[in-house]
Amino acid sequence: MKIHEYQAKAILARHGVPVPRGEVTFTAAEAADIARRLGTPVVVVKAQIHAGGRGKGGGVKLAKSPDEATALTKTMLGMTLVTHQTGPDGRVVGRVLIEEGLAIQRELYLSIVLDRAAGKPVIMASAAGGMDIEEVAAKTPEKIVRVYVEPGVGIVPFEARQLGFGIGLDGAQVNKFVKVVSALYDAYLATDASLLEINPLIVTGGGDLLALDAKMNVDDNALYRHADIRDLRDLGEEDPLEVEASKSSLNYIHLDGNIGCMVNGAGLAMATMDIIKLAGGEPANFLDVGGGANAEQIRNAFKILMSDKKVKAVLINIFGGILRCDVLAQGVIAAVKELGVPVPIVIRMEGTNVDEGKRLLRESQMNFTTADSMDEAAQKVVQLAG
Amino acid sequence: MAVLIDKSTRLLVQGLTGREGTFHAKQAAAYGTTVVGGVTPGKGGTTHEGWPIFDTVRDAVKQTGANASVVFVPPAFAADAVMESADAGLALVVCITEGIPTLDMMRAMTFLKERPGSRLVGPNCPGLISPGKAKAGIIPGNICKEGRIGIVSKSGTLTYEAIHQLTVLGLGQTTCIGIGGDPLIGTSHIDALKLFAADPDTDAVIMIGEIGGSAEEEAAAWIKAHFKKPVVGFIAGQTAPPGRRMGHAGAIIAGGKGTAAEKMAALTAAGVKVVKSPADMGRAIKDLL
Repeated sequence: MKIHEYQAKAILARHGVPVPRGEVTFTAAEAADIARRLGTPVVVVKAQIHAGGRGKGGGVKLAKSPDEATALTKTMLGMTLVTHQTGPDGRVVGRVLIEEGLAIQRELYLSIVLDRAAGKPVIMASAAGGMDIEEVAAKTPEKIVRVYVEPGVGIVPFEARQLGFGIGLDGAQVNKFVKVVSALYDAYLATDASLLEINPLIVTGGGDLLALDAKMNVDDNALYRHADIRDLRDLGEEDPLEVEASKSSLNYIHLDGNIGCMVNGAGLAMATMDIIKLAGGEPANFLDVGGGANAEQIRNAFKILMSDKKVKAVLINIFGGILRCDVLAQGVIAAVKELGVPVPIVIRMEGTNVDEGKRLLRESQMNFTTADSMDEAAQKVVQLAG
Repeated sequence: MAVLIDKSTRLLVQGLTGREGTFHAKQAAAYGTTVVGGVTPGKGGTTHEGWPIFDTVRDAVKQTGANASVVFVPPAFAADAVMESADAGLALVVCITEGIPTLDMMRAMTFLKERPGSRLVGPNCPGLISPGKAKAGIIPGNICKEGRIGIVSKSGTLTYEAIHQLTVLGLGQTTCIGIGGDPLIGTSHIDALKLFAADPDTDAVIMIGEIGGSAEEEAAAWIKAHFKKPVVGFIAGQTAPPGRRMGHAGAIIAGGKGTAAEKMAALTAAGVKVVKSPADMGRAIKDLL
């Protein structure tokens, strides 16, 4: 799960990472009050969306007076911000962070993420802060310093010093940096973060270190033990169909094509998208109904698929293991009867009780197209989608 | 021969008294697997569906001579269950549970490193089956056929698809191993390939990967250097958008890394017959033999 910058900063601050003073607002009028409370000659007005690259898209501005802070906030709230991470549709700004302006001497980069191959968290630091780290990694990999943390030991001061000296900090700054790294690692463990990124971590004119930006993603599987973080979910940042699907515990991702897919299992669902594309079509979604899908879930799945007006045909691809094909067929028949699905449906099923399932589909007298293999199913559905 | 499980397997079910545990213990037993009992803390001394239940894995091993365990325990407690089985010295621990927090698995993997006698398969996997011999997990036995092809896969139903394609073509399987779709897993593609390399009854392997991480690229390098048997590869997620988690916790293209195209290129360069279509896995194996 993603959270906003201001939320991430509040969490990091609780764990001892220094962050600029600031407050979030949902209204323009409040911006001036916040600017006055901050009391600095310049304040920074930052649009809060779950995507990077906000500066280039016009989502980060400087205000030299409280009135200007209000004016800028007024422009930002409700605007559609398009960045390289939002896609062409962009995101509508619903909240704005007002922060104290700071004199920046240097911009650094610091992050923690799981390294899957090593099976350990890796802490990355770079002197090339404020830039897209993927670009730094691709063009100047020598500018990134890494430390792999032993899970049973945690971050050790010498490792943090290695990072600090490695990115060219002086002795006094390294001492402050070690504290920041240690606090960041504490936050990583305490929140079950899957990504913590400070870009940039700044050195101020006075030589202090502060997290000028913060990005935090939290492991969905661990949210059950972080009710406070779960409450930070911003549904406005998510695709409405995906929000709806998540209410029915359906694993659904909205895509751009016109062939709706309903599949059991994540790998088979991806493979079904792939084979549709190979047959010349475009999948409208990823949808894994899971191993124990019942009639209720199949009905919910149809509702989601039909809410996507681009969908011109549906492909159901089920490999019955635990999920029996006859149960699936009954669920599909009931759902189509109830909802009146107006587009062609191609069904390919295989596995447990497949003959009984096929018989039920045939005898339903409904207009299903059946297929015996994945490639046949893909070709038929692409043809029907036109 | 088969790998990891066979007629000598004495299987313990952690979470046997739960709904999933009960169902799959019965299925495994009906398939011919020797299921020796279950572990549910607090229910030790009782019996369930005729099987003895123990409070701890150590008790169960002492009483039943179990040498493998399958874990059907809810996500919040699953890493704990895995570590308990490793600590009791079981040679094989198969974790079916989906949704275990990554940091829990990271700690469990650190714990397992100190106990190299135990192999973990999974988590978030369908388990494994040696057709005609035994199974641990949820792969349906009725679609399998005893034979000479090995399967290693990150995905459950896609594994069933591969099994089915082989069986229809008259090609049976030695062992089918679902290694799981999480970011951290106990047995990698390479680990499974090593087992198949050493198994004289396995003639060829289907390797199924998916987007995310670099395990397939690492397997490609290993295959190129060490693996002599024919391999057919399929990578799911060729059309997956970047930055989105495709169902499995580990299936995500992050920072431009972990794409299907990279994995397919690496495998092709290693001499693997990579099929673009999931419908071609069985046919490609037949062509190679």
